[in-house]
Amino acid sequence: MLPLILFYVFATILVAAAVGVIVARNPVYSALLLVLCFVTSAAIWILLEAEFLALVLVLVYVGAVMVLFLFVVMMLDIDLEALRAGFTRFAWLGWITAAVVVLEIVGVVLTKRLGINVMSSASPPLPADYSNTSALGTLLYTRYVYPFEIAAMVLLVAIIAAIALTLRHRRGLKVQDIARQVAVRASERVRLVQMEPEQRK
Amino acid sequence: MITLAHLLTLSAVLFALSIAGIFLNRKNVLLLLMCIELLLLSANFNFVAFSRYLGQLDGQVFVFFVLTVAAAESAIGLAILVVLFRERRTIDVEDLNRLKG
Repeated sequence: MLPLILFYVFATILVAAAVGVIVARNPVYSALLLVLCFVTSAAIWILLEAEFLALVLVLVYVGAVMVLFLFVVMMLDIDLEALRAGFTRFAWLGWITAAVVVLEIVGVVLTKRLGINVMSSASPPLPADYSNTSALGTLLYTRYVYPFEIAAMVLLVAIIAAIALTLRHRRGLKVQDIARQVAVRASERVRLVQMEPEQRK
Repeated sequence: MITLAHLLTLSAVLFALSIAGIFLNRKNVLLLLMCIELLLLSANFNFVAFSRYLGQLDGQVFVFFVLTVAAAESAIGLAILVVLFRERRTIDVEDLNRLKG
């Protein structure tokens, strides 16, 4: 009974925060409410005994991606009023689409032909010494080792792309060029000038 | 007892909310990216739920990969957004008409 109560509490917070994300006036509030969404989802995933993914969600999303979002939100000087103009123009279309999507998915869920009994089956009990992290790690490093490597490559490409996109070379900056400093010779630096000796009058 | 129906309905509601968010905030690229993150989260919900109730861990491995790709996507998306703002001083989708598409 307690897991169900907890589930309802977290689900309510999650849906409320998601509504907040999409209607908030300020993008900073949207980003913070999205953080709340991720943390609440992590709590629900822990209820589902998917502990590793719950912690990864908090660490990767809240710790890295949302900080990046907040960084960008606060760095850009956005004219909020211009972006809010026409906010409600297509709102009805959005809500209708949302309602249709919910009805369709709930209709699919209620057909009871998904191979398992959706409405009444409890989750299969796990053994007492079960470790989600080690089970996932075993699977990840055996059967899914090549996709795992490809995922690492995707992250590397993302790093390089993000840096290459945002890197800019400004003109007229006084930067050190180490290679030129090392390769320099005395003849390039010291210039002997022949001139007449100065005579005191 | 939490059944699969609870989780699938929650994920459907989340998915629908993020689609509505894409319609509502169609001018603000930043909020579009946030709505896409929410959309991926609701898809991950289904993966985790089915993986738990079918007793197979492969779904959770897939969530792992989805998280990886989503992190890469948002990093590149925000980088493009920053470059865009530097060029045009706006992140309004309607002002992105240089290609006349």
